[in-house]
Amino acid sequence: MAGNNPNAKPMNLTLKVWRQRNRNSEGKIVEYQVKDISPEMSFLEMLDVLNEDLLHKGDEPVAFDHDCREGICGSCDLFINGRAHGPEKGTTTCQLHMRKFSDGDTITIEPWRANAFPVNRDLSVDRSAFDRIIQAGGYVSVNTGGVPDGNEIPIPKNIADQAFEAATCISCGACVAACKNASAMLFVSAKISQLALLPQGQVERKTRVENMVAQMDKEGFGACTNIGQCAAECPVGISLENIALMNREFINAKATSNNLA
Amino acid sequence: MNLDSKIPEGPLTEKWEQHKFNVKLVNPANKRKYDVIIVGTGLAGASAAASLAELGYNVKAFTYHDSPRRAHSIAAQGGINAAKNYQNDGDSVFRLFYDTIKGGDYRSREANVYRLAQVSVNIIDQCVAQGVPFAREYGGLLANRSFGGAQVSRTFYARGQTGQQLLLGAYSALSRQIAYGKVKMYTRSEMLDLVMVEGKARGIVTRNLITGEIETHAAHAVVLATGGYGNVFYLSTNAKYCNVTAPWRAHKKGAYFANPCFTQIHPTCIPVSGDYQSKLTLMSESLRNDGRVWVPKTKEMAERLRGGQIRVADIPEEERDYFLERKYPSFGNLVPRDVASRNAKQACDEGRGVGSTGLAVYLDFADAIQREGVDKVSQKYGNLFAMYEKITAENPYELPMRIYPAVHYTMGGLWVDYNLMTSVPGLYATGECNFSDHGANRLGASALMQGLADGYFVIPYTIGDYLAKEAPVPVTTQHAAFQEAAAAVHERTQKLLSINGTRTPNEFHKALGHIMWDHCGMSRNAEGLQFAKQEIQKLRREFWSDLKLTGTNEELNQMLEIAGRVADFLELGELMVDDALNREESCGGHFREEYQTPENEALRDDENFAYVAAWEWMGDNQPETLHKEELQFENVKLTQRSYK
Repeated sequence: MAGNNPNAKPMNLTLKVWRQRNRNSEGKIVEYQVKDISPEMSFLEMLDVLNEDLLHKGDEPVAFDHDCREGICGSCDLFINGRAHGPEKGTTTCQLHMRKFSDGDTITIEPWRANAFPVNRDLSVDRSAFDRIIQAGGYVSVNTGGVPDGNEIPIPKNIADQAFEAATCISCGACVAACKNASAMLFVSAKISQLALLPQGQVERKTRVENMVAQMDKEGFGACTNIGQCAAECPVGISLENIALMNREFINAKATSNNLA
Repeated sequence: MNLDSKIPEGPLTEKWEQHKFNVKLVNPANKRKYDVIIVGTGLAGASAAASLAELGYNVKAFTYHDSPRRAHSIAAQGGINAAKNYQNDGDSVFRLFYDTIKGGDYRSREANVYRLAQVSVNIIDQCVAQGVPFAREYGGLLANRSFGGAQVSRTFYARGQTGQQLLLGAYSALSRQIAYGKVKMYTRSEMLDLVMVEGKARGIVTRNLITGEIETHAAHAVVLATGGYGNVFYLSTNAKYCNVTAPWRAHKKGAYFANPCFTQIHPTCIPVSGDYQSKLTLMSESLRNDGRVWVPKTKEMAERLRGGQIRVADIPEEERDYFLERKYPSFGNLVPRDVASRNAKQACDEGRGVGSTGLAVYLDFADAIQREGVDKVSQKYGNLFAMYEKITAENPYELPMRIYPAVHYTMGGLWVDYNLMTSVPGLYATGECNFSDHGANRLGASALMQGLADGYFVIPYTIGDYLAKEAPVPVTTQHAAFQEAAAAVHERTQKLLSINGTRTPNEFHKALGHIMWDHCGMSRNAEGLQFAKQEIQKLRREFWSDLKLTGTNEELNQMLEIAGRVADFLELGELMVDDALNREESCGGHFREEYQTPENEALRDDENFAYVAAWEWMGDNQPETLHKEELQFENVKLTQRSYK
């Protein structure tokens, strides 16, 4: 951690920020100074200060993704000092606070780096590959209406809790950014685990894993080499066990495929 | 225009059933001939998009996010109400209906609220079938918790992230329809105008946020599910992108805006820490199940605490004022949000607030931890406690949380009839975007319920009634109205970019927020509202002459996006003030200081104000025209709300 002193006075910082006009243009690191940053600010509020400053000077503000600023929407996606979401464990960029930094620090801010996540502009990337993976099978095929009473599907508490843990993935893409292979296995396995564990997910269990994994490969994500950086950097603590479970699901599905197409 | 709410005839309990039978149907083979546009992919939008596509309609769904799953429904924490009565504690559809009408301080429609309570039970079943991992008991059945404004436990939840799990359920259903090709999904697309053809909603104009391209899209009907307008206050618990632009553009094309002054101030948020603050973070209402709200009994004690001369632990039990438990013994810490908020403000106004600013009260878990142990408490609220610690650097297992009210939800919104259609034919509004179900105050865990009720179980029935009367012929964007609307959007964007002044969009937004919070916030009076009206008009003039932007339209330009949204907030703000001025009574979240009981509770005037105020746009800088929809109460008796 880059220093943790909650009583710190306002800080002056040097920012090295990735600037890139659009998907097809060359990018480069540009250096900025920000002054009088309160340690109580969130990291994104610090970037707000930079952007207001840039706009006042007639420069173009830095584009970055964000929205809820409470760690749940999964929009924010900054690679800070070489780490997905920065130095604090289990924390999204929006929940990272400047008290984790010290006066005089230089902070390097880059977008997620992965072929499957092209840069829109500056720090904003296109993560629609994740949506296409979910579209390949990340659901239970039930229409609205005509379903049984909620309590007709009892689920052991420990199973429900385990499925819930997997379901808390916020789809931010930190796992991909943290992985040297830009693998999306943690993201994909979280959804597969959730539905493989629950009784509702059993009917499509095999086709789901086959189709989602096929889409993942098609999107250009890398393979998993069991380093575990994804789980180490995941802001919501999605467990590596999900990948193990997905691998079992995948082998089982391939061995006894329901995929007739 | 006469406001026809289209509430079906017959007894309350049979209205919806009867109505479902009476509405026109579109036959299955014809459904594929109709296109429906849905703007917004939160709970209300995603559920509607999935359900309509399942029925066979061609859906085009729009979101300004990079993925439908990012909508702010995802941040809802506490839970979702449903009248399942799984707890055997006396709940029923009628009780949920009654609690919601009473909680809303008798300013909502009986028929809509009753329908909401009826379909609430279906929502839970639907979500379970989708694989939403609700909390469960050891026997494997669904667990419940209690929430404010109710004396039964009817709230279903998934730890402190129920909204996330419900949205991911709706998103998965939507994703399935995208894969089937029944929904065409447009991400990073912001609706900037509504297109009207021959008096009907026929399409929208959008801006592609990556390329800046202005696009037009046609459909037989348009559904707005774009959320609330709490960000008019700048600081709120809403996400940063939340805005009023889509419904406001519709308003300017003829959709009435109802009860705009009804905004909800949530009692349990993390207090403001400085000027740079970009948003406020909610701490779920569910915390009030176990947390006890208090401040020091005396101003002197509070001053010493703020000055650092004493610590929290130094304040003996008898010097603590658990003011909600003291004043409302039967509901205690679980009084409705408006009541809890006003009491917190009052305690701080008396100089008894805590924290460095004095604008905070304590929410204390010491008793719960002693009673149940750290593990049990952590199981229920672990993620909330962790979030609190990240933001404040204080550990709520050891120190009481500091909380203060913040803008959270807007009960007002586009006026809709029983079918959720606005005053513009073919234009619907669902979820927080409409005004319909929460009256002057929304109860906790009811927003998720309403969003999903509208999307899964109401609009799929009611939209067919309109479409069946429309010819099943293709609609296109060839009509001149589309070109005109697109040209107007383009012109406005260029205008914003060419002002070349000195103040940023965020500076204008903050200035507006201050005006709204100070004069149209937790308490309001005629003088302050009049002042606010002048100030907003002045600020609006300054905005259009002194706005600073850089860059162009033809690129990702986030400041340009913000500027367009702030421009609309600057118009909405004035309408909220007008509405608050017009409503010379106090009810729910609308507290006019001139109208209060001797105990400082909201004093309604049912004689003169038991109506929905629906405002009609009359042109730029013109006063809007008020239309009244009188509320009829046939099944509940209007009483002074009491939670004592």
